[in-house]
Amino acid sequence: MLNLLGDFIGELRAAGIPISMSEHVDSAKAMEVIDLSDRSLVKNSLAATLVKDGDHMPVFNTAFEVFFSTRSWDSASEFMDDVDTDEMQREGAAGATGPGQSRGEGGGASSSLSAQELAELLFRALRDGDREALRLAADESVTRYAGMEPGRPVGGTYYLYRTLRNLDLENLEQRLTRGSVDDDQLAQRLAREEARSRIEMLKAEIERVIRERLVEDRGSEALAKSVRKPLPEDLDVMHANRDEMAQLERALRPLSRKLAVRLARRRRRRRRGPVDLRHTVRRSLSTGGVPIDLRFKPPHPAKPEIFVIADISGSVASFARFTLHLVHAISSQFSKVRSFVFVDGLDEVTQLFEGVDDPAETVARINAEADVIAFDGHSDYGRALLSFHDRFAKDITRRSTILILGDARNNYHQAHAEVIADLKYRAKAVYWLNPEPTAYWNSGDSIVSQYAPYCEKVIECRTLRQLEMFVGELA
Amino acid sequence: MTALDPREELAKRLGLDEIPPVRFDSAKDVLKRLADNDYLSDDAIASVCFLADRLAKPVLVEGPAGTGKTALARAVADAVGARLIRLQCYEGLDDSKALYEWNYRKQLLRIQAGRPEGEGTEDWEQLEEDIFGEEFLLTRPLLEAISATDPVVLLIDEVDRVELETEALLLEILSEYQVSIPELGTVRAKQIPMVFLTSNNTRELSEALKRRCLYLYIGYPSVERERDIIVSRVPGITSTLAEQIAQVVRSLRTMDLKKAPSVAETLDWARTLVVLGRSEIGDEDAAETLHILLKYQTDIERATKELLGRPKSSA
Repeated sequence: MLNLLGDFIGELRAAGIPISMSEHVDSAKAMEVIDLSDRSLVKNSLAATLVKDGDHMPVFNTAFEVFFSTRSWDSASEFMDDVDTDEMQREGAAGATGPGQSRGEGGGASSSLSAQELAELLFRALRDGDREALRLAADESVTRYAGMEPGRPVGGTYYLYRTLRNLDLENLEQRLTRGSVDDDQLAQRLAREEARSRIEMLKAEIERVIRERLVEDRGSEALAKSVRKPLPEDLDVMHANRDEMAQLERALRPLSRKLAVRLARRRRRRRRGPVDLRHTVRRSLSTGGVPIDLRFKPPHPAKPEIFVIADISGSVASFARFTLHLVHAISSQFSKVRSFVFVDGLDEVTQLFEGVDDPAETVARINAEADVIAFDGHSDYGRALLSFHDRFAKDITRRSTILILGDARNNYHQAHAEVIADLKYRAKAVYWLNPEPTAYWNSGDSIVSQYAPYCEKVIECRTLRQLEMFVGELA
Repeated sequence: MTALDPREELAKRLGLDEIPPVRFDSAKDVLKRLADNDYLSDDAIASVCFLADRLAKPVLVEGPAGTGKTALARAVADAVGARLIRLQCYEGLDDSKALYEWNYRKQLLRIQAGRPEGEGTEDWEQLEEDIFGEEFLLTRPLLEAISATDPVVLLIDEVDRVELETEALLLEILSEYQVSIPELGTVRAKQIPMVFLTSNNTRELSEALKRRCLYLYIGYPSVERERDIIVSRVPGITSTLAEQIAQVVRSLRTMDLKKAPSVAETLDWARTLVVLGRSEIGDEDAAETLHILLKYQTDIERATKELLGRPKSSA
């Protein structure tokens, strides 16, 4: 058990969850006082001692499924001479478990189900919310449709896709909804949602079954590596798929809130202002004129003005959206935030953010409303910067900080780096945030190096974590 | 080497004569006893409470507002028959409000009263020893929980509201169950209190604090659990209505609202519907009473539109 625990913690750490030595010890102690045959208790105990952030739970859950799959649980229980579980397992095997058994024995009774019968079985299990039946049905559908081949180093997404495609979930969902024919809008919607949540349950169950079989096939550690998902704040913004994008969106809101709270606090407690002479002399009267107790004027830290210039062409659009969202979410920390977006033309979008509580909405509108395409719709940094310089350079003062977001992939247009040089001369600082990994800079049509000498810093900014760190330092 | 039971170890360190008895037999026991006190927990909550008792460690409870974090501490206190000591955190909380404070006025009185008439001053050393005695100590919640001899449950509410520096005040109590007072020495716990910290996650808590605690995330309950909560807390409700309420609330929570309805608001809504004598929710009822669940006008409008497929009638 200790070894298993050690491996498990190693996997969690590899996925990015910080686990200290003392937490490791705690989890081991927890394992000593609880009943190990109760899987959910073990899971909850490990979660309580190891994971200290609600956002890390999905990663923990996946790792737990891989390392402590129900199957290995049953076999572990056998060692403990637990007659009951032994029997249960035998009963289970008689039903429709185990790719090993069913493949080996030619499937037995369970495979004699026709496709229709299986669909019927699934439907009934879902309709009645019968978890046991659902488990059997999911198991059966995986055996039937996933076509799993042993030894392939995959994470199981493909098997999941294959199984689901064959099950015709839409039809199933419709049938589930149809149960309640009601002209009440609300009732209809509720029925639809209930059906959808049951379908989700089925999907989760099938995913679990697939994962279990993969564990059996390849062992926990190998599989853990292929199903490992990064934490939301470590996801690569540029290459996120739709699910991950949704995750990022979700993570962004609390992130910006936290950042705002932290910055406001820091500002309040930051260095005191100069000595307040009048107040200090007043205080010194009680100590016979000796200024023991120095008083300070409240601080007036200058809030920076921010100019965000973002490339919103296809390749880096999502990154620009996140940054705009984050900067505007904490705009109270800056004296002014102005945003500009460009592709090969440039447009100011500051007014879109005005009077809107939720930056996310605005960011969604930018694409539709901003006038950013002048010619062919391929990024042209040189043109965009020139146009920015012509129209807005006069607004830039020594208190302005300029952020340029983009990958500097200029489609072989002219760079016009001298514009940046002039902007730097006028502004307090110019930062370039590049969502590409450092290794790709200056490859192909990327011309970061031409702009870099005139920027305070060019920063690789691929994940929310990096973004948050940068914005936090800025304020 | 056989490891000591965590409780045994702690009891030894605190110098207790006997190991305090465990409060719960098993996670199932927690589940049942909390349910007896009208708090419907789930597997995770019960396991963590059980573990907190067995390992003698504090529990850090996080989750959205109104999911029953504070109520959990209260229910545990009721279930084990302990006194609940509550420390409400706020920005600017300091040690004199959280731990202890010397009673200056009383000390001053003592000095003045102790001065024998007409003669010189009293022996200073003896006086000093005297005025820094426990008699002149005002105990604040944390010290009170430590020095209590009866069973207590300590609740440190909304710990994310204090500054990062103030968090450090808590560390000694959380890991050692003791408080050091420079003038008095160390006050050790007379028993092992159960400690709950709650946080609304407005800021990242320090690693040091998290490390010392077990972590419990209480999210919004599942439809089934919410239904059970409604049934147990709202008298006279039918289970069909409760189920329907839980489903509506679930779909509201999946919408992109400014403030998702909490369990407390769900219960308010359920009570309203019972008072109105409804046995199921129709479109009209929903439209008329949605403002109990949602607190922003924009939220109400959006929800009405999405749930009922039409804009809010202006009647």
